[in-house]
Amino acid sequence: MAEQGVAQVWRRIRAMYRIEGNKCETCGTHFFPPRPVCPECRRKGKLENYTFKGLGSIYTFSIVRQAPDDFKRQMPYVVAQVELDEGTRLTTQIVNVDPEDVEIGMRVRACFRKIKEFGHSGIIVYGYKFEPVMKVTGHKQ
Amino acid sequence: MSNRVAIAGVGMSKFGELWDKNLRDITLEAGMYTIFDAGVPGSDIDGMVIGNMSAGRFTGQEHLGAQAVDLSGLGDIPAYSVEAACASGGAAVRHAYMSIKSGEHDVMLVLGSEKMSDVNQTEAMNTISVASDWEWEGMFGATFPALYAFMARRHMMEYGTTEEHLALPTVKNHANAAHNEFAQFQRAVPIEVVMRSGMLADPLRVLHSAPITDGAAGLVMCREDLVKKYTDTPIFIESSAQRTDTLALHDRKSITTFNSVVSSTKSALQEASLELKDIDVLELHDSFSIGEIMLTEDVGIAKKGEGCKALEEGITEIGGKFPVNPSGGLKARGHPIGATGVAQIVELVLQLRGDADKRQVDGAEKGLAVNIGGTGATSIVHIVGR
Amino acid sequence: MVGIVGYGVYVPRYRIKTTDIAEVWGDTSGRIGKGLGVFEKSVPGPDEDVATISVEAARNAIKRSQIDPKDIGALYVGSESHPYAVKPTGTIVAEAIGCTHDMTCADFEFACKAGTAAMQVTMGLVLSKMIKIGLAIGSDTAQGRPGDALEYSAAAGGAAFLIGMKNPLATIEETVSFTTDTPDFWRREGEDFPSHGARFTGEPAYFRHVGEGAKSLFKKTKTTVDDYDYFIFHMPNGKFPIAMGKQLGVPAEKLEDSLVVRQIGNTYSGSAMIGLARILDIAKPGSKIFMVAYGSGAGSDAFSITVEDAIEERRGQVPTVDDYIERKTYVDYATYAKFRRKIKALG
Ligand SMILES: [Zn+2]
Repeated sequence: MAEQGVAQVWRRIRAMYRIEGNKCETCGTHFFPPRPVCPECRRKGKLENYTFKGLGSIYTFSIVRQAPDDFKRQMPYVVAQVELDEGTRLTTQIVNVDPEDVEIGMRVRACFRKIKEFGHSGIIVYGYKFEPVMKVTGHKQ
Repeated sequence: MSNRVAIAGVGMSKFGELWDKNLRDITLEAGMYTIFDAGVPGSDIDGMVIGNMSAGRFTGQEHLGAQAVDLSGLGDIPAYSVEAACASGGAAVRHAYMSIKSGEHDVMLVLGSEKMSDVNQTEAMNTISVASDWEWEGMFGATFPALYAFMARRHMMEYGTTEEHLALPTVKNHANAAHNEFAQFQRAVPIEVVMRSGMLADPLRVLHSAPITDGAAGLVMCREDLVKKYTDTPIFIESSAQRTDTLALHDRKSITTFNSVVSSTKSALQEASLELKDIDVLELHDSFSIGEIMLTEDVGIAKKGEGCKALEEGITEIGGKFPVNPSGGLKARGHPIGATGVAQIVELVLQLRGDADKRQVDGAEKGLAVNIGGTGATSIVHIVGR
Repeated sequence: MVGIVGYGVYVPRYRIKTTDIAEVWGDTSGRIGKGLGVFEKSVPGPDEDVATISVEAARNAIKRSQIDPKDIGALYVGSESHPYAVKPTGTIVAEAIGCTHDMTCADFEFACKAGTAAMQVTMGLVLSKMIKIGLAIGSDTAQGRPGDALEYSAAAGGAAFLIGMKNPLATIEETVSFTTDTPDFWRREGEDFPSHGARFTGEPAYFRHVGEGAKSLFKKTKTTVDDYDYFIFHMPNGKFPIAMGKQLGVPAEKLEDSLVVRQIGNTYSGSAMIGLARILDIAKPGSKIFMVAYGSGAGSDAFSITVEDAIEERRGQVPTVDDYIERKTYVDYATYAKFRRKIKALG
C-alpha cells in the first residue's frame, strides 16, 4: 500500500516532467504517453525511448468554466490537444495566455507546472503544460 | 429452433434526482416493472446481468449483480455485472444477447442502473472523467465536457457548425421528453434559453450537456421460442454489434467522427440484413449535443459535416424520416450512466409495440440504438424489430 | 578559472501594481509604493511554485550553456518558500531537466541569499574537482501578510547559474561572506507568513551586512569602486540598494541597470541573482561586476565577476530578464488573493 497518489505519480515522472514517450523504430511513429506495443507493427515493432522536443501547435481547445475542486483556483483555464511537431497529440493545459487569445494552430511550447495537489498535506504532482512561444531578444532564426 | 433473441418486457424507474431513493430502490423498481411487464414468472429467469459504471465511487457499493438478484428474490441464479463506462447499459444488453444466443441462458433479466446524485460536484465530475483516459486527460484538467468541447471546436472549424446548431439537439430532445412520463425534464426549452445557459467548457453550455441523473431500466430477454408464452407483442433483437477505439481522444486521427460508431453501425445493419433506410426510429447517445450531431452523421442519416442540416430540416424529429431520441435522449430523459444503454432499448421497444403515447413514431417496425462509452472508445449498436 | 558557464531566469507572467495593493488598505496617495521604490511586483500563477520556477530558470540556463545536463554533479536550490517543508525541491528540478541520478542535491535556506550560498558551494566543489558542473538556483514565491509592508514587495521569480571551469561566460574571481546572528526577519515552522523587525531590518541588518561584505571584498581583491562597471546589491525594495550604493560611493549609473525590483518586486532568493542576470544580458566582455547578496538572519555573500568573450554568442538563445519583465499581465487584488491562497475557502 502507498499513500494516495504517491506510487501512481512517481512511476510516471519521466513522462510527465520531460514528455518522455517512445518511438517505433520499425515504422517511425512517435508515441506519447509511451505505448507498450506499436499498434501498427505489433510484434514487429521496436520501441525506443524518445524525449519530445516540447514544441507543437494547438489542434483543439476549450476553456473550462466548471471544474473539480483541484482546479477551482485556476478557473477559467484553457485545456487543449497539442499536436507535437513529431506528429502525436497530447492533452494539456495552456498557460501564460488569455483564454480569448487562444486559437487552433497557435504555436506553443512545453513548460513546467504544478498539475495537482493531493490536498494540503498530500503530494504535489508536477508536469508539462504548454504556453505560447516567448519572445527572445536577439534570437536569430 | 430459431436463433433470435426476444425481448419479452421492459421497465424503468423514474429518471431524475431521486433524493428519497438509493441505488437498491431504483434498481428494484426498474426490475419489478420489467418483470411485471414481461409476465415472466420469477422461476423462469435463469440469469441476471446489470450494467453499471461506477457504483463503487457514486455510492460506495459494488457487487451489484449479487445485490440485484438478492433484492429481486430470484434465488441463486448467476448474476453478472458489466462495465463499459457510459456504454455499460448497452454492454449488459449485449451480454444477455450473447448468453442467450450461446444457449447458456434461456431467460434473463437485464438491468442498467446508476445512482449519481449522492456525491458532490467534484466527485461526480471526477467519476465521469474516468470514462476517458484519466491519467493522460482527466488529471491534466480536461473535464469530460472539455473533451466533447474539443470535438465541437473541431467540428465548428472543419464544417462550419455554429453555436446555434449546437442548441438544436437540446431543443428537439426536450420537446420529445415533454411526452415521456419517466423523463427527468418533461418540458420544452426554447433555443434562446439553451444559447444563454451557463458555459461549461467553451463552446459547450450547461444545456448542451446531459444532466446528473439517478435511474434504472430493465428488459426481460429470452429465446425466441419461449417468448410467446409471455407476451403477444414480442420485440426481437435483430443484431448486436460492438467496436472499440482509442481510450484517449487525442490518439485519434480525427475527432469529428466516432470510428467505433461508424463500424459498429455498419456491422449491425449488415448482421440484420438491413439498410439505414429500413430503420424507423433511433436512440442516439447525446450525452452532449455535439455527440448527437456527430452520431447523426456517423450512423449515416447525414453526410459528414451535415448533421446540423439534418436537425435544421427536421429529419430527426418525430414525424421526420429518421426520428432520433423520441424519448428525450440522454439530455432530457436523463443520463444515469449505467442505465442509459438499457433505457434506449426500452424506448425502442415501446415505440415498436406502439406504446409510446404522444411521442409515438407511427408504424415503427425497426429501431436502432447507439450507446457509446467515454468519448467513443466503446460503441454498442443494437437493432430491434417486431 | 571557475565561472558562470550558463545562466537563466524565470519571472511569472502576472503583476500587481503596488497602488492597487495600497488601495485595498485605504491608501490612495500612492505614497507607499513610491516610498519603497517598487511600482509593481510579480505574482506567481496558481500552478507555479519554487519547483516550477526553478525548473524554468534551469532549463533556460542549460539551453544557453549548451552543456549536457548529465554533466551536472551537484544541484542546490536556495529558497525560503520550498513547496515542501520536508522533501527536496532539488530532486524535482534534477529529474525535470534530465540530470543523471549519480549526483548530489540539496535544498538551501538562508532567507534571500540561499541562492548565492549555493553558488559558493558549487564553486568549491568545482574548484576542488569533485564535480564538473554545479547548478545553483535561487528562487522564491515570497509571501507577505495581507496589509503588511512586505505585501508591497514580496514577489516571485528565480535564477539558475551553472558553475564550471570550461568556457565560462563570466569568471568569478573572488567571493567572501559576512555572517552574524541578527534576527531581522523570520518565519516560524508552520506559519503562513514571515515576521520582521520593521525598522530593525535596515541599519543593523541589511546595511551592516551588505556594507561589511562589500568592504571585505574590496579589501580581499585590492580593488575600489572605480574598478567595477556594474554593482548589484540585494533588493528588498527599491530604496535600500540605492542607499547602500550612496554609502559605498557607487555612482548611480553603475547600479541603475540591476534594479529589477522596481518592476518585479523582491524575488527574495532570486533577487540579486536576477539582477546579476540582467547585467550579464547587457554587459560587454571585459566588464567587471560587483555583487552583494543579503540574507536576513543575517549574512551577505559578495562576488567579483568578469564578463568573458564567450557571452556574446550565448545571447539570443533564451529569454532575457527584460523579456520576462516585459511579458506581463496585470491582475487585480481579488485575482492576486485567489492565486496566492489568501482565499481560505478555496483551500
Ligand atoms: Zn511501428
